[in-house]
This record gives sequence, C-alpha cells and structure tokens, in this order.
Amino acid sequence: MLTITDLVKRYGGGDPVLKNLDLTIEGESVVAIIGSSGAGKSTLLRCINRLVEPTSGSVVLNGTELTKLRGAKLRSARRKIGMVFQGFNLVDRLTVMENVQSGRLGYISTWAAIMRRYPKEDIRRAYQLMERVGIAHYADTRADQLSGGERQRVGVVRALMQDPDILLADEPTASLDPKTSEQIMGLLRDLAGELKLPVLINIHNVTEAKEYTDRIVGMRYGRIIFDDLPGKLDQEEMDRIYSGSPHADRSGDLQEAS
Amino acid sequence: MTSIAEQFGREDWSRHTPKQKARRFAIFAVCAAVIAWALTSIEVVWAWVWDSPTQMGDLFGRMYPPDVSNLGAILRILLETVNIATIATAIAVLMSLPVAYIAAQNTTPNRATLWLGRLILVTSRSVNTIIWALLFVAIFGPGVLAGIVAIMFRSIGFIGKLLGEAIEEIDKRPVEALEATGASRFQVIAYAIVPQVMPTFWAVSILRWDINLRESTVLGLVGAGGIGIILQGAIDTFNWPEAATVLIAILALVIVGEIVSAFLRRRIL
Amino acid sequence: MSDHPETWSRPPFIANPWLRWAVYLGVLAYVVWVLATIPVDWARVVEGVERAGRIFGGAIPPSFERSGLLIDGFLESIKIAVLATAGGVALSIPIAFMAARNVAPMPVFYLGRAIIIVARSFHPVIVAIIFVKAVGFGPFAGVLTLVVYSVGFVAKMLAERIEEIDFGQVEALRAAGAPYFSTLFYAIFPQIMPRQIGLTIYQLDSNLRASAVVGIVGAGGIGATLANAFGRYDYDFALAITIVIVAVILVSEGVSGYIRKRLA
Repeated sequence: MLTITDLVKRYGGGDPVLKNLDLTIEGESVVAIIGSSGAGKSTLLRCINRLVEPTSGSVVLNGTELTKLRGAKLRSARRKIGMVFQGFNLVDRLTVMENVQSGRLGYISTWAAIMRRYPKEDIRRAYQLMERVGIAHYADTRADQLSGGERQRVGVVRALMQDPDILLADEPTASLDPKTSEQIMGLLRDLAGELKLPVLINIHNVTEAKEYTDRIVGMRYGRIIFDDLPGKLDQEEMDRIYSGSPHADRSGDLQEAS
Repeated sequence: MTSIAEQFGREDWSRHTPKQKARRFAIFAVCAAVIAWALTSIEVVWAWVWDSPTQMGDLFGRMYPPDVSNLGAILRILLETVNIATIATAIAVLMSLPVAYIAAQNTTPNRATLWLGRLILVTSRSVNTIIWALLFVAIFGPGVLAGIVAIMFRSIGFIGKLLGEAIEEIDKRPVEALEATGASRFQVIAYAIVPQVMPTFWAVSILRWDINLRESTVLGLVGAGGIGIILQGAIDTFNWPEAATVLIAILALVIVGEIVSAFLRRRIL
Repeated sequence: MSDHPETWSRPPFIANPWLRWAVYLGVLAYVVWVLATIPVDWARVVEGVERAGRIFGGAIPPSFERSGLLIDGFLESIKIAVLATAGGVALSIPIAFMAARNVAPMPVFYLGRAIIIVARSFHPVIVAIIFVKAVGFGPFAGVLTLVVYSVGFVAKMLAERIEEIDFGQVEALRAAGAPYFSTLFYAIFPQIMPRQIGLTIYQLDSNLRASAVVGIVGAGGIGATLANAFGRYDYDFALAITIVIVAVILVSEGVSGYIRKRLA
C-alpha cells in the first residue's frame, strides 16, 4: 500500500508544483493520473522514488517512510519501486539482456555487475518475463536496434526484474504510435493482474486511461481534483481537469488564503 | 515609361553598405599592418632569404640518392619509435580515465576534485611534448623512458579533456532509470555512463596514438629516444644521404600509422 | 519453468573465437615483449628522483629577472607565427584547389594530395632542423617551417571543404558563359570563405604554439630562449618561460575560440 500525505514540492522560490497532495493506492489496482502538461503528474511520480526530492510531506510504501531515507537505505527502497519511462531510458549500446538485468543491480554486487555474472535465477526470470512480453529472441540484440514498442517492453521487463512492490509508469506510451501504445497499456494491465502489483500510470491519453485502468486521478496545477472510477469521468469532469489557466487557479488560491 | 534606375534613383549597385565597407577595410588594414610590422622588425638576414632557394636545392641535391646501407639499424629504431608511441598511449589512456572522471561536471565528487581535474588537464595540454621531453631528459637522463613519460604527460590532458567532454554530453535518461532501480553510484557508472562513452574512448585513443606516432619521431632530437636520434646524428655529421633514408622511413611510418588507425576506427566504431 | 535457460553470456566483441584469442594473445605478447626489451637504465632512473628534486628546487621560485629576453623571445615567436600564417594560408589556397577531387584534373590532384601528405607527415621539429641547416639559425627557418606546417593543415581542411561545395552554383555560372576565374570568384570562393577565415584564425593559434617548439632546434622565437635556459641549467628562468608560454597559449586559445564562435 502506498500512502502519500500532505506532499509539497516547490522548485526554487516559485509557486509549488505539488500543493499539499494526498493519495492512497491499495491492492493491485491500476491507477491512471491524468491532467494537462504542467499539472505536476511527473513530479508526483518522481517524488515517490525520490528522483525528485519532495519539499515536505510523507510518502509511505508498505510501512516504510521514503522521504527520510538516505544512501544504501534509499537504494534498497528504490529496488522495490519499478519505473517505466516515456523515453524508455534504455542504455542503447548494451544488449537487451544487460538492460533487463540492470533492473537487478540493486540486488547484486558491483563486481558481478561489471563481469556480467548474473545469478542463475535472475537469468531464468529474465527469459520468462521477456518471453511473456514477446522479446526473448532479442536477448543478445543491442537495445538501439529495437523498435519503440519493443524498447518499451524492455523497459517494462527491466522494472519487473526489480521484483517491485509497485510499478510507476511515466507517460509510458507518449513516444509510441496508437496501436503499439494500446499494446503496452494492455500489457501493463495484464501484468498488474498476473503479478498482483499496483500500477500508477501518468497518461495524456484519456481514452486509454478509461479503457485500461481501474481508477482515474485527475490533477490540475498541483492538486487532485478528481479521484474515482473511470466510468465517472464525464465531460464535465474532463472540462474541470483540462480547462482553466494557471492564472485562474492562482486567484483561486488567493481567495482561499484570504 | 520610367526605367528602374529612374524609379529608384540610382544605377550603381554595391554589395556592401558604407559601414560594412569601412569595417572590412579596417579589419584588412589591421591585418596588413600586423604583417608589415612582423616583416620589417623580424631579425632576418635578407641575403640568406634570397639565397635560400639555392640552398634548399643544394640540400636536396646532396640527399640524392638516399643511402640505405644503414637500413637495418634504422628499421630497428623505427620499431622502437612505434613501441614508445604505443606503450605511452596505452598508459596515458589508463591514467586519463580517473582524470576525465573528476574533470567532468556530472561525475566529479565535489568542487575541489573538479578543479584538480581541470588543473591536471590544462597543465598537461598546454606544455608541448618536446618541452615535457626536455624536462624528463634532464630528470631521467637521455633515453626511451624520458620519451615515454613525455608523451604520456602530454596525452593525459588530450584524452582526459575529450573523454571528460564526452561524459558531460551523455544522455542522462538511462542514468535516471538506473538510479530508480536502486543501483549504486558505481553500478550506474558501469551500466549507464561507460557504455555511452565507449565509442569516444576508442576514437580518442586511436586518434592520440596516431598523433603520438608523429611526436615520437622527434623525441630523439632532444635525446628522448626513437628515430630522431639517428636523424640528428646524420644531420650533425652532414650525412645527407642517410638523413634522406630516415626521412623516407618516417614518412612511410606516418602513412602506415594513418592507414592502421583508419582501419581500427572502421572496425571498432 | 525449467525450459528457460539459466546462463547467459554477453556476445563477444569478436565473434570468431580463434581470432578473438589470437588478438588477446597477440596484444599480451606485444606488451610483454616491449616491456622486456625496452632499453631503460633503471639505476639512472632511480637517480632521477634526486635530480628531479634538484631541478624543481632550482626552478622555484621562477625568475623573471631577464624579462627583456623573455619579451624579445615572445615578440619573435609572434612575428614568426604571423608571417607563417600569412604565407602558409596564401600558399594553401592554390594547393587546396589542386588537391580537391571535384575541381582539379587527375594528375594535378595527385600532386596536390602528395604535397599535403608530405607536409602533414613531418613533425614541425623535423622540418625545422632541415630548414635550420639549409637557411641558417634564426627566425627565418622558423617561418619556413611553420609555412609547411600550415599548408599541411589548412590546405587539407580547405580541400575537404571544396570537395563538399554545392556544384550546382558552378554549373549555373558555367551555363551563363562565365570564364574560369569569374566562376572561381563567384561560385566557389563565397562557399569556402567562412571556413577559410575560421581556419586562418585557428592556424594562427596553432602556429603560435608550434613556434614555441621549433625554437628548441634553433629556429628562433621563445623556444630558442627556453632551450638556452635549459642548456645552461637556468631552471628558474626556464620555469618562468614555461609559465608565460602556457599563459599565452591559454589566452590565444581563448581569443581564437571566441572569434571563431562569433564568426560561425
């Protein structure tokens, strides 16, 4: 279970990107976060695994408070949080197997990592997962030889290799064509069910969000303004999430403050 | 019906506006003045200058035909020259790795190490190989070792600078992804940074080997080993036919070196 | 579950195992052979530590007492660099045209390429000792040396630029009936001019660096002053000269980089 309480993130001295945000993810649900660019979706995701340092508030995953961790403790907490990126973020010049095994780096020694001596069960697991998503025949291929959809599958397998307690996906389909992006969304949903894994997906495409997820969270300017079943997201709610200007939102703040 | 010239009030056309013209003229005048200053104040015996074509012709005349009687010794020293360049490049490459690491803004541990790295690079790069060789000949005495160390010292700056820049220019996204998996600092370097820098690493090493091959041919002139010693000896004793053989040997060496490095670049990259 | 492989190894860089092991063994054998046969007098090297102490002890603090000599040496280096750049660039333009495949007839092309290869292959120090023997000690030998050095670099880069030009512009002028030299000035020069100016400034910087070196073998400039100081064991003066050389090179590199960035 992931519990986010009163989370604030402010870059420099400006307006906070995340404003006292609360969110709880339970069980093995697939949750979509929607909202226009700049709403703070990506920052929220990155605050969870601390790629972005939250300004204040708390993030608790299965009883561990993540915001205070440092060094080795932070790394072992990150091991349990898988992440899938918009730009896949693979190491182009390494083979698919090496990219997949890089998800296990938190578990193996640096020496084993450099010598490419991966544990037997890791290799077996890698082949299993790669076969599950249909890229097992690419194990020895360099990552830059693959198509976008295949690269994102490598990204998903890398995250799953971590044996995570939760999977974060930051716009996983934004760099893909419509057909491939539906395949990846379907894959994420199916894997969540198979591995009993909660998945948190940032997504632009509302149609995909409604089709593939169990719950939709709508963000606008650093706040959650919608949180319900996909069926409840009607045109009126959509307008609330996607319309409005930063200015209007700030004046709202002023009224609240006064 | 009016002509275009009447319409626009002029028949002449010039490419540059008067201001542009003035600027171009000023730049031109400054260049000319600098050259004139250099030409008039340089301490040159002009009689020698006018005589120089004859002298050069005479010199090349004496070089022909090249004397190959000493070819065995020349080739042996030529091989030693290659060894100096190769070993020095190999050691310099290894030593420049940590320097590049601390001189790159995104990998250096802290400010102090960053400046230490930059200081090493600047010192190494701004002193020419020959000047390094003068110093090391004074320290280690004449011989191959002084040459190897001199080439190493100059190469560390060159390789370190280019590698450091390559580290600064890597794609940061894989680094972020590996940090998100809980990988340690060293593992992130090994999996996300090293593979990205590898092509530059090979390209720079090969390029520097090619340069070092040329540089190692002159080390002998200051006593630091290699083919330069034989060349100096031949010139000092006015043995021009043998000097010609040495020059041809150097030419062949450099051309072969260029072919080898082009081949390696094609194979590795 | 058990039908999945449990081992994996990275595909080797050289696929053929025979060739791979041959390369590894070859490299190892070469390193061992070189280290075993390299003529190093280790006793002399050990002495070197003490000598290094003496040299650095003598060099610190650097002595700027004979700054007159230092300044004269530098001015001479600058003059050598300026004249060599002017002469070298002027000579590079026709040679570059000769060595460009798309504008030169075949025999001329080979001649042009040969000139460039010879000029590039010899280190300036080697060229310098030959010129010193031919025209005597002093800056003139330095100028000649750096002219050759400039031709090797500028003509090569310029020839490559000429080979990349848009030939359509040349065709258009030929179609308009323009004579040879008019075509040159209207269709080719405008295309290569920016590169030419950039190269000239780069070469001036390069020549200044090299002029510090060719002096060591007697071709004038600050290098001669440095070699003299070294020869007379005036290590404090030598260090002063080195410091000034490094400073001038850094300034010149900065200025040249700035101008080239402005032009680009």
